[in-house]
Amino acid sequence: MIPKHLEYSVSHEWLDPKTGKVGITDDAQEQLGDMVFVEFPEVGSEFAKDERFGSVESVKAVSDCYMPVGGKIVAINEDLLEAPETINQDPYEKGWLVQIEIADPLEVDELMNYKDYEQFVKEEAGEH
Amino acid sequence: MTKIKRTALNAVVKELGGRMVEFAGWEMPVQFSGIVDEHNTVRTSAGLFDVSHMGEIEFKGPDAFAAVQRLVCNDVSRMSIGQAMYAGLLYPNGTFVDDLLVHKIADDHYMLCVNAANCDKDFTWVNENTSGDVEVLNTSLETAQLALQGPKARKVLQKITPVDLSTIKYYWFTHGTVAGVDNLMIAATGYTGERGYEIYVPNEHAEHVFREIMKAGEEFGVKPVGLGARDTLRLEAGMMLYGNDIDDTTTAYEANLAWIIKLEAGDFIGRGALVKQLEEGLTRRLVGFEMVGAGIPRHGYDIHSDGAKVGYVTSGTKAPFLKKAIGLGYVPLALTELDTQLDIMIRNQGVKAKVIPTPFYRRPRTKKKTS
Repeated sequence: MIPKHLEYSVSHEWLDPKTGKVGITDDAQEQLGDMVFVEFPEVGSEFAKDERFGSVESVKAVSDCYMPVGGKIVAINEDLLEAPETINQDPYEKGWLVQIEIADPLEVDELMNYKDYEQFVKEEAGEH
Repeated sequence: MTKIKRTALNAVVKELGGRMVEFAGWEMPVQFSGIVDEHNTVRTSAGLFDVSHMGEIEFKGPDAFAAVQRLVCNDVSRMSIGQAMYAGLLYPNGTFVDDLLVHKIADDHYMLCVNAANCDKDFTWVNENTSGDVEVLNTSLETAQLALQGPKARKVLQKITPVDLSTIKYYWFTHGTVAGVDNLMIAATGYTGERGYEIYVPNEHAEHVFREIMKAGEEFGVKPVGLGARDTLRLEAGMMLYGNDIDDTTTAYEANLAWIIKLEAGDFIGRGALVKQLEEGLTRRLVGFEMVGAGIPRHGYDIHSDGAKVGYVTSGTKAPFLKKAIGLGYVPLALTELDTQLDIMIRNQGVKAKVIPTPFYRRPRTKKKTS
């Protein structure tokens, strides 16, 4: 189930526009497999929209994470340092990656809503 | 682009939820329930793999022995009928064309099990370097291969074969009936660090045998396993992967595989270069290391020492059973001592690691019976 209250990027990150929390989608964690490591940015660092802010690693591979919108990192999910598998188990709640202060709220409008994202995932799957 | 090949088990592995990827020109399952779960199932129970993409090259005829001995660096003359042996297929400069298993089926019949990605290259190479009264056949496309690996593998397989599996010693094989299919080659070999079997099956019977093994394994919790866990299992067990740890730039001595080089075996291809390397001394060697700092080593990362590049990582992962980040890499001889500190360059930052013994994992031994 794709949560209705979140916004989604083409690189499969989600953003909660209310709290500024960012994570990767259920589809993304499913594709990447068992998470074993998370590389976090420094709290206080700033990134532009689509800029790489960190990475998640599964047993198999490293996958970069990109900012869904520009902003400043105000918190990181330190629980993931000990338990990266939380991303697999609960990608939309306990598996959040970072919390940001959104620089430009207009950029949020460029993201996909849950319906568009659902369609996007289907189309991507169809390409294979 | 050549068309992607499908193994005889393609339908059944898809039905069992295999996530398919292209590997070495084949559509193969990379995972089923998840790499960590599959990996630990093999360590604690048993897992069933479709490894039909592996290549089989057969040598038949009076000169089969001489032909195989000329091609591989291990001593084929020491083999008995029914024995398997790990060996290298080398270029004249001592680097690897491939690594493989030699099976002695009869005095005039040998079978080489080779890597999928190298099969065509190997077949061309062995044909170019084989003479005499011997026929060389590539039977890869007609042959499926199933690997049942793990501490429960024998119990599972014993349920569906009249062959007394306890009589097949490690790295030996026999022919027998499995799941009602006659004359299958059952080898006590594998690529996981566990005991288990590799079963060679003509394509038309492969799906039946696969399903029967899954059924027999139900009570033991046997699961299908994909290529993802195959890679993490072999790495924990310190086994080489061609294209990562060994290739056409590395020699068997550098890769710590001196035990498969038998200089007394005769004038095999690559021998001269290996003798020369031995005389001149090695400059680098493959070592195992574990991360001390936070991070996971990956194939291709640089290894630094005192701020300078000294080598590279050939394989690395977060080992699912050992639960630590481990890797293999080439470093100068001076840095191969145990506990030597290395810096693995992860995203342009040095992360501390230390040299540790390999294999990283050894299967727990049950008490040896006196027999």
